[in-house]
Amino acid sequence: MYYWNKDAECVDRGELDALRNYRLLKTVRHAYENVPAYKRKFDEIGLRPEHIRGIEDLPKLPFTNKTDFRDNYPFGMYAVPMDKVVRVHASSGTTGKAVVVGYTQGDIATWAEMIARTLGAGGTCKGDVVQNAYGYGLFTGGLGAHYGAERIGASVVPISGGNTKRQIQIMQDFGSTVLCCTPSYAELIGETAHEMGVDTSKLPLRAAFLGAEPWTEAMRRKIEELLNIDALDIYGLSEVMGPGVSYECMEKNGLHINEDHFIAEIVDPETGEPLPPGSKGELVFTSLTKEALPILRYRTHDITYIDDSPCPCGRTFHKMHRIMGRTDDMLIVRGVNVFPSQIESVLMEMEGTEPHYMIVVDRSEGEMDTMEVWVEVSPELVSDEVRTLENMERKIAGELHSLLGISLKVKLVEPKSIPRSEGKAKRVVDRRELYQ
Amino acid sequence: MKVSQLSVFIENKSGRLADVTRTLANAGINVRALSIADTIDYGLLRLIVNDPARAKSELTNAGFTVALTEVLAIEVPDKPGGLAGIIDAFAECGLNIEYMYAFVGTSGENAIVIFRVEKVDEAMSSLQKKGVKVLSGEKLYAI
Ligand SMILES: [Zn+2]
Repeated sequence: MYYWNKDAECVDRGELDALRNYRLLKTVRHAYENVPAYKRKFDEIGLRPEHIRGIEDLPKLPFTNKTDFRDNYPFGMYAVPMDKVVRVHASSGTTGKAVVVGYTQGDIATWAEMIARTLGAGGTCKGDVVQNAYGYGLFTGGLGAHYGAERIGASVVPISGGNTKRQIQIMQDFGSTVLCCTPSYAELIGETAHEMGVDTSKLPLRAAFLGAEPWTEAMRRKIEELLNIDALDIYGLSEVMGPGVSYECMEKNGLHINEDHFIAEIVDPETGEPLPPGSKGELVFTSLTKEALPILRYRTHDITYIDDSPCPCGRTFHKMHRIMGRTDDMLIVRGVNVFPSQIESVLMEMEGTEPHYMIVVDRSEGEMDTMEVWVEVSPELVSDEVRTLENMERKIAGELHSLLGISLKVKLVEPKSIPRSEGKAKRVVDRRELYQ
Repeated sequence: MKVSQLSVFIENKSGRLADVTRTLANAGINVRALSIADTIDYGLLRLIVNDPARAKSELTNAGFTVALTEVLAIEVPDKPGGLAGIIDAFAECGLNIEYMYAFVGTSGENAIVIFRVEKVDEAMSSLQKKGVKVLSGEKLYAI
């Protein structure tokens, strides 16, 4: 088993809980005293920092939403003056203003420690060549992974995303042993390497740390096979810190949350009520050590559940299951809630399909919503019989119908015809917007 | 003895069929027979060409998904009742014809028809016992 910081990662739960309580009270005071937006939220509901005596009082705290960042754009959520802020990142503002986050020198060190644990869990150490194909810039992925790899003492190749053939060339020339990027980009790199005739089993590449978008077990298997590596999931978001908030160990069965730095809760996405352990719901984070931007109960919109069973790796940090969906990419089709992750889970279990799919929802004027699921066929499935393909379509449509309770059309498409992206994969095309 | 048929998965969008034929043309491959089985969204294009192995690699490189299937090429007497006699032979041998289509060109006095059956080897020997002329791949590609 690999660890970067075994003392911290395998800490006794009792000690950890005491530390978390202490840090929570400190964070609550810090937020209340230094962030006017938090003071207002507390005062509105008559809450005082001293009302929070430990983790059990967490549900008393108000939630933080993305809108809090927008309302206090750009630096209004910061708890320290700008002369203490050494780094600013921002998430892309596709709808409205960007979310702008800041870090003190201490925050950068904490973040690097978390990435070091992440990369370390997959065996990364001094002497490794880390090809960092996350985008650099305002996006937290690039520099986040960069500082963590440097903390370990690995050699970082800051190649950033894009230019896939060059990625493979560099991989061969520099002898990269570790890859960091989004899962869909890792898949594209793997596919491109094979198209170029590169024998990936001869590359020294050993592991990949893939995050910034949801992915599936099927994708993991495919990437691992294409690149002949171990592929591990990494999770984080800029509002909370960036990548490395949670990370997979070699058990590849859920992501250990850095619980000495964050408290994770699962709440009902509709009511905001905390859910009992093991329930599936919306993931909410409270920071415990952040200086520039303490965050209380941030609603991630990510759907998952927390697994507190002991992990064979020895880490005592509880695990979260890989992200199973988004509260905000939930589709409502003919009144039924549909998560792309549900469709993905059905396809994952089907032989002869590729994990590449696209959901197309449409509505002609005066008509009911229609949903089509486009699925790439695997080359193995294609035969000379239309019947075989039609059976496959019927089988998938039947499974989806019984799972979702609505009828839909499955359309098989040619392999590689669904666009691959260098960033996040687009799974849903909702054409109904055209009529609104 | 058997004949290799290419089956190409193509989406029903304009230009896709042309992409296949152009790819083959550019590679200097001669198409001898074809048939299309289609649905609303996609089709399977079945092709007999003079060089199936190369055709498969050319099409795969061009981004198509291609399967090779073994089929029977049978000489059918070019006269009234010629085809009926062959179909009778299939029935007498207990063979189920999955699909069939005509080949462009003749062998001597006879026309050629492509048959897809389930167990190609068994089908071939039982048909031959009935006096049906089954063409070899090499002979067919050379026509
Ligand atoms: Zn573990």
